Amino acid sequence: MSPFEYRQASTAAEALLQLGATQQAMASRDAPRFIAGGTNLLDLMKENLTQPPRLVDINALPLDEVTLLPDGSFRLGALARNADTAYHPEVRTHLPLLSAAILAGASPQVRNMASNGGNLLQRTRCVYFYDALVPCNKRAPGTGCPARDGLARQHAILGTSEHCIAVHPSDMCVALAALDAVVQVRSATGERSIPFADFHRLPGDTPERDTELADDELIESILVRPSRHYAAHSAYLKLRERQSYAFALVSVAAALDIGVDGRIRSGRLALGGVASRPWRDQSAEEWLAGKPPSTSLFEDVAALVLHGAVPHGAGPGSNAFKVPMARRAIVRALETATAGTVTNQGDKVW
Amino acid sequence: MTAATPKDRATDGDAPSVHRIHVRVNGEAHTVEVASWVTLLDLLRDRWHLTGTKKGCDHGQCGACTVLVNGRRTLSCLQLAVMRDGAEITTVEGLEQGDGLHPLQVAFVQHDALQCGYCTPGQLCSAVGLINEGQATTLDEVRELMSGNLCRCGAYVQIAQAVAEVALHPGEHGSERASSPVVTGTVPG
Repeated sequence: MSPFEYRQASTAAEALLQLGATQQAMASRDAPRFIAGGTNLLDLMKENLTQPPRLVDINALPLDEVTLLPDGSFRLGALARNADTAYHPEVRTHLPLLSAAILAGASPQVRNMASNGGNLLQRTRCVYFYDALVPCNKRAPGTGCPARDGLARQHAILGTSEHCIAVHPSDMCVALAALDAVVQVRSATGERSIPFADFHRLPGDTPERDTELADDELIESILVRPSRHYAAHSAYLKLRERQSYAFALVSVAAALDIGVDGRIRSGRLALGGVASRPWRDQSAEEWLAGKPPSTSLFEDVAALVLHGAVPHGAGPGSNAFKVPMARRAIVRALETATAGTVTNQGDKVW
Repeated sequence: MTAATPKDRATDGDAPSVHRIHVRVNGEAHTVEVASWVTLLDLLRDRWHLTGTKKGCDHGQCGACTVLVNGRRTLSCLQLAVMRDGAEITTVEGLEQGDGLHPLQVAFVQHDALQCGYCTPGQLCSAVGLINEGQATTLDEVRELMSGNLCRCGAYVQIAQAVAEVALHPGEHGSERASSPVVTGTVPG
């Protein structure tokens, strides 16, 4: 890591001030950063992918609560740890999809350290992005994308551009996307809410920007709207090359509200491992509404979601397998959700 | 988390930051000045010669650097020492109980849960954390919740048995999966 200053803040105002007030004398190509859990930021710094001249420790800010609000929505503090969020008794009961998704990711140690806000902001693990010596349009705009014709097994099949095919690695975010969360952020000039679907960006012509969060904004909390009606039929299916402790090749967050007549009242579906953000397809969700669950219905939904999927990579690095895998994973996750709620505890998803 | 603010020493523009922190390590109080960028792992090993904790990958991927911070298992390679002012830290050196080994250490020996021993301190601290978390109720759950600790020698079967013995109950532990076939499209009870 390159040398840096370290400061603590105890209020949002102080944190935002500390972020801006970098002394002129410290020449650096990168901006100062907030640090919470540090599990992604410190790794990026050790790889010299980012060299902030100053870290502002925000852990003392009062943002670590996970609260069930009177109307049934949840406020997930940005500084609450992933593990505490997943194991929170009310999250487990009312948002089993979120709990399952968090527990499917990383390792217990990382989940104990990682903050909710940081989980949203973690960067792609693309092998080319992570190697400062090779071209990468996300890390160094204009230098090229070697993944497109190279090693792309972990890369996207949806929402890509000619400049970038990186995937967002988070599991928690896939569940938050399915549950229609809202990200509450604060800057020196005020607060705003960013719908989860808009938070992470597609690469387009500016792959270097992962999210809509401005450089001078702080995530304070994530609001999850009342989702109790999905609690009885939720499944997070994560397919990966190991049984645990690996990023998704393809993952699916599926949740259904099934009426007493057995028909689907509404459904939520989001995919991980296929794009630079969790992939929701609202037309596919609308197709589920009012219909009785069936394999052929789910196959139709999968075809809708994957319409326009494009494989990348070359030879053994090709990710073409993700297209049929995603199709089958959607069907499997929806069938599993129909049968009940399964929390992914490694092998128990089967 | 800590309420104390580490005291800055050098704060002018060109000088890197050095901070004084107070931590308790295995029950002993320490006060030390560290540069901002020193990881907890390097502080433990290089400054205090607590070399039980290992630097396996230094990138948070292997778990060999696992220590307990305020009772929770964490990766010491992915923490800045300066951010742990006021913390209670337990390393493998702090697991012994009185004159004897920790029950997990006894179980590891009895189950032959190590070969080269390099991952072992991390496995032990991780297992203590797992027990503190109280979430594992079966061998399969123990395996899943120990999956943040890699063992290149492949002692996983014995490690899982040793941890299950202490975390769950004595005696042999079997996998629930062993007798359940995978059935497409159904959810096992």
